[in-house]
Amino acid sequence: MTISYKGSCLAAIGRGGREAWAEMAQHEVAFPVTDPAELLKLRAGDEVIVQGHVIGIRDRTQIRIFDQGQEPPMDLAGAFLLHTAPNVRKVGPGRYEKICIGTTTSARMVRFTEGLGERYGVRAICGKGGFPDEAIEPMQRLGMVYFAIVGGAAALETTQIEEIEEVAWEELMPECLWKFRVRDFGPLIVGIDAHGGSLYRDVQDRAARKLEELYARL
Amino acid sequence: MSAATTTNLAQVVEDAAAHLYVWALKDIPQDLRDALAAARGRETSRTGIRVLETIHRNVEIADEQRNLVCQDTGIAVYYCRVGEGFPLHPARIYAALRAGTERATIEHPLRSNTVHTLTRENTGANVGYRVPIVHWEFVPDWDGLDVKCVPKGSGSENMTFLKMLVPADGVKGIKRFVLDSIVGAGGKPCPPGIVGVGIGGSADYAMHLAKDAISRPVGTRNSDPLVAELEADLYELLNETGIGPMGLGGDVTVLAVHVEHADTHMTLNPVAVNYQCWAARRASAHIAGDGTFDYVRDS
Repeated sequence: MTISYKGSCLAAIGRGGREAWAEMAQHEVAFPVTDPAELLKLRAGDEVIVQGHVIGIRDRTQIRIFDQGQEPPMDLAGAFLLHTAPNVRKVGPGRYEKICIGTTTSARMVRFTEGLGERYGVRAICGKGGFPDEAIEPMQRLGMVYFAIVGGAAALETTQIEEIEEVAWEELMPECLWKFRVRDFGPLIVGIDAHGGSLYRDVQDRAARKLEELYARL
Repeated sequence: MSAATTTNLAQVVEDAAAHLYVWALKDIPQDLRDALAAARGRETSRTGIRVLETIHRNVEIADEQRNLVCQDTGIAVYYCRVGEGFPLHPARIYAALRAGTERATIEHPLRSNTVHTLTRENTGANVGYRVPIVHWEFVPDWDGLDVKCVPKGSGSENMTFLKMLVPADGVKGIKRFVLDSIVGAGGKPCPPGIVGVGIGGSADYAMHLAKDAISRPVGTRNSDPLVAELEADLYELLNETGIGPMGLGGDVTVLAVHVEHADTHMTLNPVAVNYQCWAARRASAHIAGDGTFDYVRDS
């Protein structure tokens, strides 16, 4: 379900941000998505708050799936994946409490994007720092979205994770497959949309032009 | 020097390491908080403002809940200034830093990041072969020890670059390489952060100096006026690239540029870039030869 966003997060934004924020499109999306068309409403630069379930995944998890050919023991259809390896405390067999959960750099894992969408039906990938341009075409073709989170803002992110519901592949600790229940997860910025738009490409294109000007001044 | 003194000092250093590691991860220094607030003041892009306000909120929550600012507990890096009269040999100082890192990781507990570099198997409590990493400086006519802990996250450490320029590339070549490095890094190292630049020396030493540079407080300047001028020039240039907070576009790309230099060979012109993220974690201890100590944030 995608709805226009109605502001329970405004208190966390601050006065200066409220003015700036008023110009941005805002959305609230629940995952896993059942109607993939919902994601087509999102455009690069929009702001999104996520509800529902988030699947934590990282380098070793995806190396195991794609390079070592092991099927993930969780349903990833319509899922929102988060690039993470959390700080947790073990409280029982297969049970963990959160300590500090944040987000890692996505670019290392870009080559898994197409497989995640095509083979498993993943619809959203969230991380920090962005995906390089090679992700744009498969994300458009498969109706996927890349969400940028504020890297390093793990103390805040931890408060938005209500519970660690499941963990698989514990032997990869902390790079297991995690299932988190979240509430008001964000703010996230749409970095790459399902229409071929990418904020990262736009920023790099502008920077490349600017660099020519800066080189001339050296 | 008695055996008892040695044992006590080793314990003081171990306790300092354990304390500094966790403290650095939870409570970012005031110079950085001020720099982030100033960045928010001059940022004009709406996404950039949103990112900087989220960072501010995150630091507040880490303070309120005494939680880690960032989940990446890093690779533990210590900078030690050892006085010639400090009555504990660096070999013992290293053992104590290692023990303190391990203890903090288990007791808190902290995520353990250290793995064997080939097998990728986790080696335990943020210690391993040649980990933690220590930078040493030896100081004559002094009996103290300064320990600074800088847990280094991988997002920023992966954005590290070295180029062996030639003398004819000159200062222009250095500036161009730093510009290219930071634009190429984009949002990956969690900008806006501290850009450490090492110039001169040899390939390995230039990188060592770049790593020294990221550990300096924001607002400090290189004592050599020529190098300080290069810091100021690079700061202006990098903030014109438009990379912005988290690489999503904006006015603030870096909080500071720190350059450290060494004299070099007549045909060498090495330049190394090491990035430090906005959550530039840092905490220090001054330990006197008699074992008395202070934990400080000003260095």
